[in-house]
Amino acid sequence: MNKIILQVEDLRTYFFTRKGVVKAVEGVSFHVNEGETFGIVGESGCGKTVTGLSILRLLPEPAGRIVGGKIVLDGTNLLALSKKEMRAFRGRMVSMILQDPMTSLNPVYTIGNQIAESVRLHQNIPDNKVREEVISALRLLKIPAPEMRLRDYPFQMSGGMRQRVVGAIAMSCHPRLLIADEPTTALDATIQAQYIALFKEVQKTTGVAIIFITHDFGVVANMCHRVAVMYSGKIVETAKTREIFEAPKHPYTSALIESVPRLDRKDERLYSIEGQPPSLLNLPPGCRFFPRCDYAMEICGEKEPAEVEIGKDHFVSCWNVS
Amino acid sequence: MEETEVVTGEMDYGNTRRASIFTQLTFIIPAFVLAVLVFIAIFAPAVAPHPPNKMSLTKRLQPPAFVMGGSRAHILGTDKLGRDILSRAIYGARVSISVSLLVILITSSCGTILGITAGYLGGRVDGLIMRITDVSLCFPALLLAMLLAVSIGPSFLTVVLSMSILGWAPYARLIRGETLKLREADFVAQARIIGSSALRIMVRHIFPNIINPLIIMMTLSVGMLILTESTLSYLGFGIPPPTPSWGSMVSDGRSLIDRAWWISFFPGIAIGLVVLSGNFLGDWLRDKLDPRLRQI
Repeated sequence: MNKIILQVEDLRTYFFTRKGVVKAVEGVSFHVNEGETFGIVGESGCGKTVTGLSILRLLPEPAGRIVGGKIVLDGTNLLALSKKEMRAFRGRMVSMILQDPMTSLNPVYTIGNQIAESVRLHQNIPDNKVREEVISALRLLKIPAPEMRLRDYPFQMSGGMRQRVVGAIAMSCHPRLLIADEPTTALDATIQAQYIALFKEVQKTTGVAIIFITHDFGVVANMCHRVAVMYSGKIVETAKTREIFEAPKHPYTSALIESVPRLDRKDERLYSIEGQPPSLLNLPPGCRFFPRCDYAMEICGEKEPAEVEIGKDHFVSCWNVS
Repeated sequence: MEETEVVTGEMDYGNTRRASIFTQLTFIIPAFVLAVLVFIAIFAPAVAPHPPNKMSLTKRLQPPAFVMGGSRAHILGTDKLGRDILSRAIYGARVSISVSLLVILITSSCGTILGITAGYLGGRVDGLIMRITDVSLCFPALLLAMLLAVSIGPSFLTVVLSMSILGWAPYARLIRGETLKLREADFVAQARIIGSSALRIMVRHIFPNIINPLIIMMTLSVGMLILTESTLSYLGFGIPPPTPSWGSMVSDGRSLIDRAWWISFFPGIAIGLVVLSGNFLGDWLRDKLDPRLRQI
């Protein structure tokens, strides 16, 4: 359970645009254990998705580039692989689920055909075996009557069903790591709950490690073992899920949790964090959260805080803590 | 309440049935017309009542059989050299159909390959291909055809070459645009996530999604190509006479339109039929190829 499957060290992903260099991910480090669900939370544009895409090395080229760091998946540094070797890794070792199930399937092929494509790409097996693999992938994601559904086109399925098919494609080659980029955002609340329960089960049967990218704390509480909170390209706090909720140490984390509507506190105005996250083109010196922080000190605007370990598996980057 | 429901049910049933008969007709009729045309083009020597170039100065400008003064021997009349219009139109189908099919095949495949490559790879490849496309688009096609005809000499191949050499550009434009749209689609990202190569994505994921506009463009260009071919023939840069083509027959009759309308009329009808049939067939095909409109 505690064997590390993915180790990301000091990852830096920049986008080189006409206006300047956008430092979308700036020195992110974390690890994911085998069979664990690791959450990455943060508001829009904080670099969650870019982190996910960096692991797969699927950044929009030529603007986006990984300029530094290390991504070690099961003993292999992905950044040292050639393009061809990386292609063989995708799908087989690491896979991803995108946000919108309505557009992530090719409308001109049956879903059986699309899952089979992924199976054929990575496993050299005869056609009748491919069919078995496809059906078992559909079964894994609890799609009813998989033998019949094989011949369906994406437009014949509901959003929730399609997202399961996307999951089946991602899981069809038994990857060790699955990156789920807000897979539940486009689904409605009841289907969301189903989908999350489904993924817990998939994880139990396959032992796949999951990186769950989301901005929904409810999903995090429900799904993740450990969480990293990102703010404008940096991880500000990493801890076990329980600890994040019970004792958040970074002011941003506690502010985020504070701004989730709660049923047990009525008649109060919902807390919100003042201001906007800084432009990634033009970052302030010091802590990136400094301009919006309620606990800001003088040093916060001058020097960036280093990451400190304040408990087992609990890392925080804040001057208030160190 | 129940009654109204029954009535609407029946009406729906009637509507879908009528619609399906109509869509079937839009396939059957044009397919039949084109099949007949291709058939008579292939078997022209057996079908045509006279040799296409047999002149008979005593039978000049004979009207069609169903008009006063016409004879059974020349059902659609004769032209100013006494050649049988029907036979010439039948032989002309050979030229017009083979030229336009060949040109469509060449231009659409070149344009598609270049368009997908430019759109998907982007960057410098895109820049290079699209600049060549721009140049091709602004170059006057007729001028190039004349240049070619003068330098190589008019022949079947010259006509095909001169119509193809610039004809791929609109395809490349269209296909590149469609590719740009699809390149950002999530299912393309999904294909990359499972480890597909660029070539595989272009062939398997992008191409099938641009077939619809491609087919529409191909069928629409049938008419354009037949007209271009006839323009070339008219200017003397097409298939050299006396080989008949619909275009040159229409131009032949132009000066006599007030006295012998049938010379231009019948080949004109043939052109119209092919263009219409092509469009209807393209429409029908598009419906068939779209999985959302496909009947389960």
